[in-house]
Amino acid sequence: MKYTSIFATASAAVLMSTAAFAGTLDDVKAKGFVQCGVTTGLAGFAAPNDKGQWEGFDVDFCRAMAAAIFGDPEKVKYTPTTAKERFTALQSGEIDVLARNTTWTLSRDVSLGFEFIGVNFYDGQGFMIRKAMGVKSAKELDGASVCIQTGTTTELNLADYFRSNNMKFTSVVFETSEQIRTAYEGNRCDVYTTDRSGLAAQRAVLANPDEHVVLPEVISKEPLGPLVRHGDNAWGDLARWTLNAMIVAEELGVTSANAAEMKSTSTNPEVRRLLGAEGDLGSQLNVSNDWAYNVVTMVGNYGEVFDRNIGPDTPLQLDRGINALWNKGGILYAPPMR
Amino acid sequence: MATELHAVEAERPTAWRDPKIRAIIYQAIVVILFVLFAVYIVHNTAVNLERLGIASGFGFLEQTAGFDLQNDVTGYVTGQGTHLDVLISGAINTLRVAAVGIFLATLLGFIVGVLRLSSNWVVNRLAYVYIEIVRNIPLLLQLLVWYIVVILSQPNVRQAINVGDGVYLSNRGLYVPAVVPEAGFAAIPIALAVGLVLAWGFARFARKRQEATGQILPVIPVNLALVIGLPVIAALATGLPYSFDYPELKGFNFQGGWWLTPEFTALVLGLSVYTGAFIAETVRAGIQSVSKGQSEAAHALGIKPSWTMRLVIIPQALRVIIPPLTSQYLNLTKNSSLAVVVAYGDIVALFSGTSLNQTGQAVEIIAITMLFYVTISLLISLFMNWYNKRMALVER
Repeated sequence: MKYTSIFATASAAVLMSTAAFAGTLDDVKAKGFVQCGVTTGLAGFAAPNDKGQWEGFDVDFCRAMAAAIFGDPEKVKYTPTTAKERFTALQSGEIDVLARNTTWTLSRDVSLGFEFIGVNFYDGQGFMIRKAMGVKSAKELDGASVCIQTGTTTELNLADYFRSNNMKFTSVVFETSEQIRTAYEGNRCDVYTTDRSGLAAQRAVLANPDEHVVLPEVISKEPLGPLVRHGDNAWGDLARWTLNAMIVAEELGVTSANAAEMKSTSTNPEVRRLLGAEGDLGSQLNVSNDWAYNVVTMVGNYGEVFDRNIGPDTPLQLDRGINALWNKGGILYAPPMR
Repeated sequence: MATELHAVEAERPTAWRDPKIRAIIYQAIVVILFVLFAVYIVHNTAVNLERLGIASGFGFLEQTAGFDLQNDVTGYVTGQGTHLDVLISGAINTLRVAAVGIFLATLLGFIVGVLRLSSNWVVNRLAYVYIEIVRNIPLLLQLLVWYIVVILSQPNVRQAINVGDGVYLSNRGLYVPAVVPEAGFAAIPIALAVGLVLAWGFARFARKRQEATGQILPVIPVNLALVIGLPVIAALATGLPYSFDYPELKGFNFQGGWWLTPEFTALVLGLSVYTGAFIAETVRAGIQSVSKGQSEAAHALGIKPSWTMRLVIIPQALRVIIPPLTSQYLNLTKNSSLAVVVAYGDIVALFSGTSLNQTGQAVEIIAITMLFYVTISLLISLFMNWYNKRMALVER
């Protein structure tokens, strides 16, 4: 065993060699930008716009981190990763943070050596199918060909769901969501399965979105969140509290429009601590004290980011649903900032 | 005089100046540096893996994989198969594509290579255009085009074309009736094997006979009769011991029958058309390398043109063709790792794709995959070297 593992290590050592891991925050400050892993293109979550700039729900998390560290949300470089490449990219130090619709699971957290810093979107896996097929429920999908993306938890959920319902399926497995869309539109498969947010994003860019329907069944829990390498706690803390600050800002009613005013006039100690008017939350995290102020003014609070990228007024038309704040019927809940 | 001799003797090189000793020292230094480098890399990786808390070892091969495999032919059962089964299924899929691809690429390459030398202007330009276009476009793009062509050129599964008795063509692939063996079926493959052995023996006998007496026996008709006739006789004698399982459209897809997937088709087409262009150039170069005097001599002896090609030109051309042909075979096998872009489940897509992603054991999985490709490539090389030796010029 020992020799075989030494051999294996030697053979693939090139993958891992000598990336410097320790002190990501210091490294990021030194190089002057955050290297952020995103999808290769998923409308609403991360996709380049017509000017070639990346935008979307996950991209805004990267921008928030840059705003917290540098006071400038543009100091981000994006690495598009496929579902398959994403973990190796983070493990090897090629990227500093991965914000890419990644489901938080035990084995990813533990044996892959990552740290999920929270959940920025509570999702679940669903199925999309042509309306013309007349299928009303996922239980009627016995024998279907299913298009699916490789390297995802959806692959496992799909197999489990069909097995537990005693149904058969044929999988057609692709590497990127663009390839899946081509195959689905070309009728190579009957069903397209992924997280329901992803289905909404893909449906929005199909030729005739109205001809397709997302079936009601949600077959899994998919808490999607950003992640960092395990063991670099200072960097993980900053990422975690950047996300929490955006949620807390929404809870306190702080928006990009009123943050400046609230910083000077608010008497609410929670607001004042968040925006850096009092306390030393920023210096505890080793960034400037107006970090959260920068995040909210430059990127926005959680609700603003949601509405701008994937909310009801966007092509994705997603409701807040369980992603609403805990006091508004959802389960979004951030620990107190003090 | 004596002093001069002495001077020459004194110039005997010291150990450091001796080229032999110096060569040994240089080689030792290179080896030591290489070993140090390897140790450094291995140590560095091991330490980093440990520090990052990434699990290592080969225990994951025993774990249940839990996902479905596309294009599986090994009888993998989702939910029971382990990552080792995934490895086997992927490896077999790679070998299937490589074997069919090499066969088709060789066929295509030899035909186009000969056509390229045709005296018919249209034929030879067509071959030229094919070679130049295909060789100069990246394989990845060609695969994507083939896949889209294969899917989109065919009708939806509900409007599948019924080509013949139980044969359906649609964008889900080609469905044909499956042969279901019944009792006594074994006689047919046995008859086929006997036919093949007899055909080989007859070909040998005919050659010896021709060398000894000059008499030419009808090898091709006799051998065709042996290879095809014997199994047919066996089937008739045992009362057709098989039935057909016809594919039927049930629910979403066809059920039953044998199924050729669009993914396999696209990958094989892409690989063989691409590699075929390179083989065609190799074949052309090989044929042109045979001196014109050879065919002129054959003509002078009154040998038929088709025999001139088969007995004089091709055997000499093969000596030039085989070595580069080997590297084209290796290229095709390795290029099959692009399978994932057309959703075909080869070893890279399944094992170093999905399994890697589910287990996170990048180092082990990549090492196993590399070992697989090295082994296959070496086996192909060994076989081709053996074949090359057989074909090499035997000097008498």
